[in-house]
Amino acid sequence: MTEASDDSVLVTINGNVEQLTTATTVDALVALWCPSPRGVAVAVDGEVIPRSLWPSTQIVPGAVIEIVTAAAGG
Amino acid sequence: MSAPSTAGDPFVIGGVTLDSRLIMGTGGMTSHDALRDALVASETAMATVAVRRVDPSTRHSLVDLLDGLGVRILPNTAGCFTAADAVLTARLAREAFATDWVKLEVIGDDRTLLPDPVELIDAADQLVADGFTVLPYCGDDPIVAKRLEQVGCAAVMPLGSPIGSGLGIRNPHNIELIVEQAGVPVVLDAGIGTASDACLALELGCDAVLVASAVTRAVDPELMATAMRHAVVAGRSARRAGRITRRFHAEASSSFEGLATGPGVSTAQRAETAGEPVDPSSR
Repeated sequence: MTEASDDSVLVTINGNVEQLTTATTVDALVALWCPSPRGVAVAVDGEVIPRSLWPSTQIVPGAVIEIVTAAAGG
Repeated sequence: MSAPSTAGDPFVIGGVTLDSRLIMGTGGMTSHDALRDALVASETAMATVAVRRVDPSTRHSLVDLLDGLGVRILPNTAGCFTAADAVLTARLAREAFATDWVKLEVIGDDRTLLPDPVELIDAADQLVADGFTVLPYCGDDPIVAKRLEQVGCAAVMPLGSPIGSGLGIRNPHNIELIVEQAGVPVVLDAGIGTASDACLALELGCDAVLVASAVTRAVDPELMATAMRHAVVAGRSARRAGRITRRFHAEASSSFEGLATGPGVSTAQRAETAGEPVDPSSR
């Protein structure tokens, strides 16, 4: 793992360690990762974050984040 | 649009009326367009989706496709081996798709993909308590089906045979036992290989079938979707019509009475050969 700069945040997103350049919210992270927030859900450290709380939920260093959507399946 | 195939014979799960007894899976298709064509041909009212990590390279949205077709989304917990994983996946699905319906799948091993009944009942119990409408994929064990109904599942979905095997309904008697005792809809899930399997499920008394691979991996998925649509309508009609009793020997549907005879054979002799009562005066 690389040494993080002062205001960067190291987190795990969908199984990969990612370095966020600045402190951010779930809302901003979804905007970065998904073309549309429709059909998307987010869990942080195993807890589902309700959509209404995305803008106010800060991503903290070390967070384990899952961003999921629909995939083909039986 | 024409009247739904369920007109006059509604199919209801958890208080919601579905206009088709064919529930479609979306996995295994080669392209987004082929999936759309098959869904349209099936005239399904509900289709399953899996919940997976976002792939930024994916161009097509499955949610948009299903919404556009007016097909209800039934998220599944495919790939989960524990109750804990299945509960988390169901909660993610509820947040993602704004539905509290879930096809609950908790499998016991990745070779057979058979359900783990202990984890399944535990997960069902937790999700029902959390307000979910739970449709559990289960084995064809009537006792497990009964337990799932007792914890509050809105339907039970026994397998005909292992997922994707196309082996049809291996234990029709167990399916009939599940149907006979069930107070909730029974949906035959998994194992269907072709239209006659789906038809048989409805003839046995299942309320619906869930079909994925049999359509999506067919040589012509759109045509197989059409076949499945007809199969569930035929099977349901046959069930409601009431089949005849099975007989060991033949029973003619044409009476022997009034049959013209050739020289040397009397009507009485012919009737006697056929086992029919003979008027002694005609000998």
